[in-house]
Amino acid sequence: MSLLDERNAETDGPPPLRERAESVGRDIAAQWADEVDRDARFPHEAVAALRAHKLLSCGVPPEHGGAGASLGELCEITRILGRYCASTAMVFAMHQTQIVSLVHHADSAAMVDFVRDVASRELLLASATTELGTGGDVRRSVCAARVDGDTVTLRKNTPVVSYGEYADAVLVTARRTEDNPASDQVLVVCRRDDVTLERTGDWNTLGMRGTCSPGFVLEARSSADMIVPASYADISSRTMLPVSHCVWSAAWLGIADAAIDKARSFVRAAGRKQPGVTPPGALRLAEAAGVLQQFSDLVFASAARFDATIVEHENPSGLGFSLAMNNLKVTASTLVVELVTKALLICGIAGYREDGPYSLGRHMRDALGAAVMVNNDRIMANSAQMSLAYRGTI
Amino acid sequence: MTEQAIRKILGEHGRLSVDSTAVERSADLYELGLTSHASVNVMLALEDAFDVEFPDELLRKSTFASVDAIHAALTELGV
Repeated sequence: MSLLDERNAETDGPPPLRERAESVGRDIAAQWADEVDRDARFPHEAVAALRAHKLLSCGVPPEHGGAGASLGELCEITRILGRYCASTAMVFAMHQTQIVSLVHHADSAAMVDFVRDVASRELLLASATTELGTGGDVRRSVCAARVDGDTVTLRKNTPVVSYGEYADAVLVTARRTEDNPASDQVLVVCRRDDVTLERTGDWNTLGMRGTCSPGFVLEARSSADMIVPASYADISSRTMLPVSHCVWSAAWLGIADAAIDKARSFVRAAGRKQPGVTPPGALRLAEAAGVLQQFSDLVFASAARFDATIVEHENPSGLGFSLAMNNLKVTASTLVVELVTKALLICGIAGYREDGPYSLGRHMRDALGAAVMVNNDRIMANSAQMSLAYRGTI
Repeated sequence: MTEQAIRKILGEHGRLSVDSTAVERSADLYELGLTSHASVNVMLALEDAFDVEFPDELLRKSTFASVDAIHAALTELGV
């Protein structure tokens, strides 16, 4: 790039999304990642930086005030953040999942106004989809949306709301009305001011500690036009589930990047000590790089698959699409643990230590959350059921 | 005849919150409690009962959205 090009790039507007993400990750998230992890506290600094760089709104279409990032781009940003602080990446991932879900399913005037407000004020969105009494099945609700005139109220006892205390709005699932079955759900947008959260537990976990996801009794009073018009069944299968699996996988990919970076530095340092002799860890490093490549290709091919359905206005709710997104989640959550484990074998005791430049403890603990963040066994049980019906190729 | 069989299968596998013999032909079964999980069981039971196989292009949510929709799909399959 010539100097002139650079100057043009500067005057033409903000730097590309990738650069902004790199700057937030390297300069801010990385500085606080260990403290966020140790104290299980919200990554305030990194989220403030995402806001300042207008990255919270980047998934909103330009006509509503965002940058119109594709799912592929959201995955790139998430991956970059994940390399520096997995909790920050996961907060970004969950937030963008809510944004994309609203953008694709909330086309009423009130919803469009809300999305515009999200973009102009860089609001942070959380979600409350799990509930006590449903056995972890997010496609069923006990609580119901009670509409009275222009007002909707609901009360939900939820075991996990990630960063609920720090979000500007929470998207809550509930039965359409008190008379509807558990599976007939709607999504209600509740602004923070309209919500009371009574904490019912602590968030003291092995990893992903900065996502701050304790249980709450959530009580909300919102205006009735904040109920998303589409059914949650559609929102979930077409958008929320595939998007979340893509961006979560991208966050895990970032964890794998960080671990393999450390392994590479370790092997390189060993190589420098004895030039001409290939260090024993180099073979494992080469193997790991191959797995990382598969992992990365899987994440971005899956995101491209989703982006293509948007461009072609195709219905992405087919079984083949759902099976592919389930496979992505299960595969990615397995590969991240495999790669951090490989990095640990390469770095040896230096990686096992909780201090020093090659320490892999935080990455390992963060990686282990992947398989239980919507349990892989639940996802495979769902895939098993779909496999009975599906006859095509994935 | 076909409709009765559909209603019987919905009763056995649809896990609806209402009596499947009494639902409106056009009523949205998903609003009456049909889940995607249950719809797969309904599909398998229909295949068994009518000796047909649903091709990929019919494996959509809308295929099982109502008694009418299921009926139309079966008609398309030559039932």
